[in-house]
Amino acid sequence: MTVNQISIFLENKYGTLSEILMLLAEANIRIIAATVADTSEYGILRIIVNDPQRAYALLKEHNVSANLSDVLAIVTHSEAAGFARTLQAFTKAGLTIEYMYCFSAGEKSILIIRTNNREAAREVIRRQNMDYLCENDLLKFN
Amino acid sequence: MNQEYWQEELETMKRPDLERLQTERLKATVQQALKSPFYQEVFKQNGLTADDIQTLDDLRKIPFTTKDDLRAHYPFGLVAIPLRECVRIHSSSGTTGNPTVVLHSAKDLDQWANQVARCMYMVGLRDTDVFQNTSGYGMFTGGLGFQYGAERLGALTVPAAAGNTKRQIKFICDFGTTCLHIIPSYATRLAEVMYEEGIDPHRDTKLHTVCIGAEPHSEEQRKRIEKLLGVKAYNCFGMSEMNGPGVAFECKEQNGLHIWEDYVIPEIIDPVTLEPVPDGEVGELVLTTINREAMPLLRYRTRDLTCFLPGDCPCGRTHRRLARFKGRSDDMIILKGVNIFPTQVEKILMHFKELGSNYLITIETVGYNDEMMIEVELSDLFTDDFSTLQRLEKEVTRQLKDELLLTPRVKLVAKGSLPAPEGGKAVRVKDLRKIC
Repeated sequence: MTVNQISIFLENKYGTLSEILMLLAEANIRIIAATVADTSEYGILRIIVNDPQRAYALLKEHNVSANLSDVLAIVTHSEAAGFARTLQAFTKAGLTIEYMYCFSAGEKSILIIRTNNREAAREVIRRQNMDYLCENDLLKFN
Repeated sequence: MNQEYWQEELETMKRPDLERLQTERLKATVQQALKSPFYQEVFKQNGLTADDIQTLDDLRKIPFTTKDDLRAHYPFGLVAIPLRECVRIHSSSGTTGNPTVVLHSAKDLDQWANQVARCMYMVGLRDTDVFQNTSGYGMFTGGLGFQYGAERLGALTVPAAAGNTKRQIKFICDFGTTCLHIIPSYATRLAEVMYEEGIDPHRDTKLHTVCIGAEPHSEEQRKRIEKLLGVKAYNCFGMSEMNGPGVAFECKEQNGLHIWEDYVIPEIIDPVTLEPVPDGEVGELVLTTINREAMPLLRYRTRDLTCFLPGDCPCGRTHRRLARFKGRSDDMIILKGVNIFPTQVEKILMHFKELGSNYLITIETVGYNDEMMIEVELSDLFTDDFSTLQRLEKEVTRQLKDELLLTPRVKLVAKGSLPAPEGGKAVRVKDLRKIC
């Protein structure tokens, strides 16, 4: 139901993002999905990778402010309707979405979601019988 | 009475006479200081007695007194008269640990009021003036110090205190304020708001003089204040340990601050070798009070860097002039009249496990204002969540504000992005203000 996500603190400074990507590139890490959110002062780079433990250890080793956490990974159809149905289910359960991004694999889209209530979100997924990815599924993207 | 001077005899006293007066007062001050537990101990430890101090040169036999001494003997260790004879206590702003407090007798307050009145008279203020004091009142000496001085002068005094710019402007207009005591950064802010409100200070107010001090500022900034407000701006210097405002003040020449040598004996020393520097060379100002009974201070290290201006002042006053202050010999920052030590910032930042130990304080002039930015590195413990980061930033800001008495801009930065400490001593402060 969840996959590992690495969040990296980015200063709004020239070259910061590419420095971090170079670091991952040299270690042959595959990036499956990535998103950057930012304020005027700083940003957060969020990535899903094929080998999160190794990537996280590497970042720590290079003294990067990073965080490893679990996020929901829900499989849906690529049409907007698929997205809408999924989100509606959470909304109906009284949950709010803190952030969301997605990546596509063929006709499917994978929604990466963080809600304000993890346990309730899991319950929604079970009840609605939603399709989802687990950490092991990510190895297929190798 | 001559129209130029508040106390002509004292202000224009020939140097040999002034030095005789200083010697007399120094001897009396040493006698007085020896009534305090602190100076009894200092003299004893150094094998000194009051008899050893007979001339101005003998002053150098006495060890320096520091801010740390004041803190260590907080609150009354340096008091030389019975507490029942003390009538007021003041303290320094925003210091680490114990504040430095200074006690005053009724006579001390009387002398201080005279000192401030003398300064105000020197820049042309009279009993016909309306004087508005925008200093904070309370423990800070800029409020009551100027209040009593202005009342002694006979001016109509408006104790407006700090803040509430629109109300300040209303008072200036309604009361016909002619003179302000104001910190330089606030003077420009006040002018800006006036223009925004459609008030032209030249046309719509009676302002002709401002006394500016309590934070470092440049000649350029003075000129800007004068132009914006249509006034003459005079630089003033004071510190709570030396009463407060009135220690040194510019005359109408606007070229150096006369330090009142019948109140203090000034020395300028090399802060490293502790030896006196030749006239005209920059060093640390050391002051000995010679006109105070409740709490005399001998050779107090002010940490302020300045130099004596050589030559006589055309105004006729014989009291020497200090150059515009060049900064500090310690790491204290003076911002908007508030004293700040980096250790205060550090103490707060250390409370947060989310933050690392590396930080950098930058002081810079933004528009007309001096502002403080604190960059601090995040530690390993990092959240994925923006709102958590923003809450952290807010909470750090709030706690710093409580400690520093002003609001810094807090900026979270990535671990390892600030300059690493070199040779064990980290660069904690970058002062980018345009001062000289």
